[in-house]
Order: sequence, then structure tokens, then C-alpha cells
Amino acid sequence: MTTLIRNGRIIDPANKRDEVGDLYIVDGRVSEAPDEKREKTEMIDAAGLIVSPGLIDLHVHFREPGFGWKETIESGARAAAAGGFTTVVCMPNTSPVADSPSTIAWIKDRATEVACVNVLPSGAISRNLAGEELAPIGSLAQAGVVAITDDGHCVQNNELMRRAVEYARMVGVPVLDHCQDYNLVANGLVHEGYWSTLLGLPGWPAAGEEAIVARNVLLAEFCDHRIHCQHISAAGSVRLLREARARGVKVSGEVCPHHIALTDESIQNFDTDFKMNPPLRTQRDIEALLEGIADGTVDILASDHAPHAKFEKEVEFDRAPFGIVGLETEFGLFIDLLVHKHKTIGLPRLIEMLTLNPARLLNLEAGSLSLGVTADVTLIDPELEWTVDASRFESASRNTPFDGWKLKGRAVRTIVAGKTVWQL
Amino acid sequence: MNSATPRWTRKDLLGLRELSAEEINLVLETADAFKQVGTRDVKKVPALQGKTLINLFVEPSTRTRTSFELAAKRLSADIVNISAAASSLTKGETLKDTARVLEANHADIIVLRHGSAGAPQFLATRISASIINAGDGAHEHPTQGLLDLYTIREKRGSVAGLHVAIIGDILFSRVARSNIFALLKMGARVTLVGPSTLVPRDFEQLGVTVSHKLDEVLPTADVVNLLRIQHERQRKEYFPGIGEYIRLFGLTKKRAELLKPDCLIMHPGPVNRGVEIDSELADGPRSVILDQVTNGLAVRMAVLYLCAGVARP
Repeated sequence: MTTLIRNGRIIDPANKRDEVGDLYIVDGRVSEAPDEKREKTEMIDAAGLIVSPGLIDLHVHFREPGFGWKETIESGARAAAAGGFTTVVCMPNTSPVADSPSTIAWIKDRATEVACVNVLPSGAISRNLAGEELAPIGSLAQAGVVAITDDGHCVQNNELMRRAVEYARMVGVPVLDHCQDYNLVANGLVHEGYWSTLLGLPGWPAAGEEAIVARNVLLAEFCDHRIHCQHISAAGSVRLLREARARGVKVSGEVCPHHIALTDESIQNFDTDFKMNPPLRTQRDIEALLEGIADGTVDILASDHAPHAKFEKEVEFDRAPFGIVGLETEFGLFIDLLVHKHKTIGLPRLIEMLTLNPARLLNLEAGSLSLGVTADVTLIDPELEWTVDASRFESASRNTPFDGWKLKGRAVRTIVAGKTVWQL
Repeated sequence: MNSATPRWTRKDLLGLRELSAEEINLVLETADAFKQVGTRDVKKVPALQGKTLINLFVEPSTRTRTSFELAAKRLSADIVNISAAASSLTKGETLKDTARVLEANHADIIVLRHGSAGAPQFLATRISASIINAGDGAHEHPTQGLLDLYTIREKRGSVAGLHVAIIGDILFSRVARSNIFALLKMGARVTLVGPSTLVPRDFEQLGVTVSHKLDEVLPTADVVNLLRIQHERQRKEYFPGIGEYIRLFGLTKKRAELLKPDCLIMHPGPVNRGVEIDSELADGPRSVILDQVTNGLAVRMAVLYLCAGVARP
């Protein structure tokens, strides 16, 4: 089987390529132009479109095993495809927690059976995400996790975290960390500042994130191993990462769309679709995140796709779970905000942050259009104006604050191993 | 009411932040009429005859619930009290479902006391009955704010230009927030006083002054409103202990000497005698604590009447 993607602007940061041209896929792999005689060639006209390596989101919650009413590996993968993502990394806060090789094996089997994109598991840092003893990180690595994280939770014991990082270094997996100091944050729900004061909602101070980012900087340096700070939201976190990375410390950070699209002002009607962890913060924080993206301090973008059912979200603000779905709005928001609106970065950099950089962090082959690699490709219309319609999401959940938003730019076709799994 | 009087168009009373000064004045003026009713031999009027009011108190309360119950009875409404312990909420029913069940029973008014900030907003957008906020988490307690305003206005003629000191646990206080929103709208100057942990600087963004030195504030205050120190529910990080609190922020007899002779002493209750306020001061001539209770009845009658007693557009 041969596919020819014609006349697209091929942006492949791994090979420093940015040119209009043709991309051939032969038997699921990126290929040279085949012999003229090959008969069955699928032609895809990509004129006016970007031809990108398949997008990677290293931070999603697909809720299986255990919470299939929120999302399944199947529905989550469809949501990923509809958002232009060909590879996602699912977080281990399932039931049971992904802290054993058997659960990892189950997730991988399930993904092979039902997922239309590559669904890669991460494993827990600590057993049952309890932060008390190490999960069997070596066995998890052998079972195929691409990273370890206690996402949704945060190891508070610095000594345990140190050992986890040392151990992860031995087995060659990066450590991803949800940065939240439990004492500083306590029962915090929203950014501590003007709106928390006005609304009488418990504050989640920026220092609660920054304290753990600082801890991670120290441990990454001490253990000489990569710690990646998930969904950073605060200006101080960017400053800490910038300073540490300038010194060559193996620490990095990711930013989610909602943290640059919305401020804490959005919570004033107590709408739980604006409740996420870490919380929406201030305009000043948004500006710092944008600066971090512009200067390379932040080099990875992610969604923190966190589906919850309507009946779970439609409760009192403090009783609702944290999180929003993100896969189907992620790329549209990033290109709209970062490329079109704020002009923070250009398209090649945006694509690099959603392909090559997460691939490098996780040691994946994906993320490039090099000859011979599995042909995961995303076609993007950077100028397409569209309106978010949550009722048409592929995800099993609808908890988004972006319903009705008008965005410019979106993925229009998602190709996994040479096969189109979704198109607009 | 003359034609210049603004019309009340709200079905709900969720908070004082969204009310205009005109709307607040309308409630206070309506309360004047109902206060007069309370002095008659027959204290009942038919304003809510045939209406059903549910007191849905998901968080315990005695004085607010009683006040609403009496207010509703004096307006001739039929009333049912539901407390959290006796409701399906303890069986895992959601607030939305509980409220829909009440609505299916043709409740016209739901008076909601709830531990979660925003719970009244949540209900108001989902059911058609009038929602009256009787206190939501640390957010608002609008009828308390209104009865405090009413009492100040009654004793001093007007609220505008007065200096009101609110003292104590501001951070966790819905009474403080409703008072701040309303007092500023009505032209008062507001100073918050208390330990820095319970009166964080963020409050200055609301347009008030924050002070941690009570003795410097008392001499210029026209009203001191003492809030209950809820030491039973506070984690110890907020202040070292009651003894130190009294030393720094308690309204002792000695401190009261700094007050103007006509300064009003207010407290939403229940009072911790000897903590926020010296016991004798709470009963003294400047104390209007019991006037607040009496006025609470009139103000709540006014609120129920305005939200549910007259035809709404």
C-alpha cells in the first residue's frame, strides 16, 4: 500500500525540514518515492496544509481500568485522533493504579485491541500513588512504561522522591511530576488571590507549585536525571526552570492550553468546568508562561485531558472533581493562541513542542518524518476557522470550558502507521 | 411606593455583590414596613399566603433558620424545615436532585444554608423556585449583611460616610464578605482588623483597608462588627491560641475606652463571651446585638416578599 501526500508544507523539526513537497508512505512507513510502476497509490492533496509528524500528547487520562464511564481507552484514543494526536501517554491514576506490570500489560493489550492511535502507559512512582514506598519501577519499565509519575498526586517525601529518581535513572525512564505541596495547598480549590478572596473559596497558592518545582530542580541536579514538571501554571515555576536549565540541569516543564487561555476570573460563576488542578491563575502568570514558551524554558505542550461525567461535575464547586477534557481543543487552542493571537512562536516551533520534544523526553521513535519511521502523520490547516462544539466530541465526556470558542487552525487528518484514523 | 422606587426583578437573593445600592435600599425600605408589623398585636400578613417555603439547611444553624421560619410564618407561607442530617443528602443524593424533588413538590422558595461556596448559584441556575442564600461556605450571607446595614441605618440614620471596623476571622467569614460588598456600595469606609493569617492582604483589592493594630482603628470607628472566632473549626496554623488572640484583637473593656461614645457594637452571633468581646460590653448600652436579631426578622420578611411575594416579570 502506498500513500502520497502531495504539495503540503512539510514541517519536520527533527530533520530541520520546512518546505513544500510530497511525502510518501509505503507499507506504513515514511518512504522514498517508490518505483513508478506501483499501482495502488492513495493520493492525499495537502495543498495549503501542513504535513507534520503525528502529534504527541504526553499527558492524558484515559480512565481505564476502573473509571470507564468517564472515558475508555477506545473513546480516549478517538478523541486523540480527532485532535490530531497519533501518540498519547496515559496517566497511572486508574483503578487499580498502574503500579504493577500486570496492569501495564492490560493497558497495552487493551490499546492494541481498541485504540486507533498509539496509547502508551506510564507507571506510578509510588505504590498505589500513596507516596509511601516505591512502586516496582524496574518491572514497570520492563513491562513497557515510557515514564513514571504519580500524576494527580505528588510524592511529598523528598527522600522517597530522590530514590525514585535514582532508580528511574538506572532503568532509563524519565520522571514526570505533578508539582503540589500538600501542606501549602491543603484544601485549596482555586488560585489564591483576588477571586479566591472575593468568592470565599479556599486558595491554592502559586507557592504550592513552585516549592515542588524547586525541589525537582534540586533533585534533578543531585541525581543527574531528568525530572519533567507537569502542567506548570505559575510564573515562579517558569523562573525556577529557566534558571536551572541555563545551568544545564535536566529539568523541564509542560504547559496546558487552559493555563494560557483563561484566568481565575473565569471561576466567578462557580462553573466546575473551570475547576482544574493546578488552578487557573492570573494574567501575570499567563504572560510568564508565554515568555517561557517563547524563550524555550518550556519546551513541551500537553493537554492534561481529564474527562469526568456530567453528573460528577454538576455538583457544588468544592465537591466536583478537578479537570477538563482537552484532546479535541488542544491543538486548536495552541495554534490560535501561540501562533496567531500572541505570536509567541512560529508553526515549526509549535510542532516541535508537540512532536520531537516529547518524543525525545520519552525516548520514542515517533515525532519525526525521517525515512523509514512508522508513518504517524498529522495534516494541519493553520488558517481554518472553526467553532468548538462539545456535543460532537469523540471523548466520552464533555467537561470543557471552551465550548463555543472560535479558533483558527486545527488538525484536519490524522494518520497512524500510514492509515487515516480520522479526518475532518 | 412611588414611581421613582426601583422595581425588584430578582427571583433569587444569592449575594450582595450583585445588588445595586438602589436594590439594597429597596430591601431596607421594605423591611421598615415589616418591622412595624412586628409591633402589632397580630403580627401576621398574608403576603405569601399559599406559597411554600423550604428551609434547606445542609449545614447546621439555629438562629438563621429560626429567623427565616418566623419570617415565613408571619408572611403566611407554608413552611417545611429540612436539615442535612434528616435529608437524602446523607444518603448520597446530589444537591441538584434534592432540589428537583422539592421543586416537584411545588416549593416556591428554597432557603439554602450550605457549606459550599456557590451552592445557591448552582441551584438558582437549575430550578425555577426562588433561591434565598442563608449562608454559603465562606462566600456570602446576604440577609446577615442586610440586617447589619439595616441596624446601622436605623441607629445612625445613614450608612454613607461611616467608618465600619470588621474584626476577627475575615478569611473564613461569609458575614464579612456580604458586609464588605454592601457597606462599600452604600458609601461606608471599611477597615478589616485581625491577625494577618485571617485578614490577608488580598482583601485590600476589594476596596477596604486592612489593619493588624486594633488600637489604632478603634478611635475612629463608628461601628465595630465583631466576628465569631471559629476556633473549633480552625487549623492551628492560623493563630497560636485564644489567649494571644484576646491580647491582640479582643474587644476588652480597656480597649473599649478607645471607642467613640456613640460607636455601635455589633456581632452576628453566637458570641464567644470573653473572646471576641468582653461579656459586659456585649450586654452594654452601645451593643446592638439583639437589635440585629429583631431586624433580621424584618429584613428576611422583606427579602422573601420581594423575591416571591409579588408578580415577577
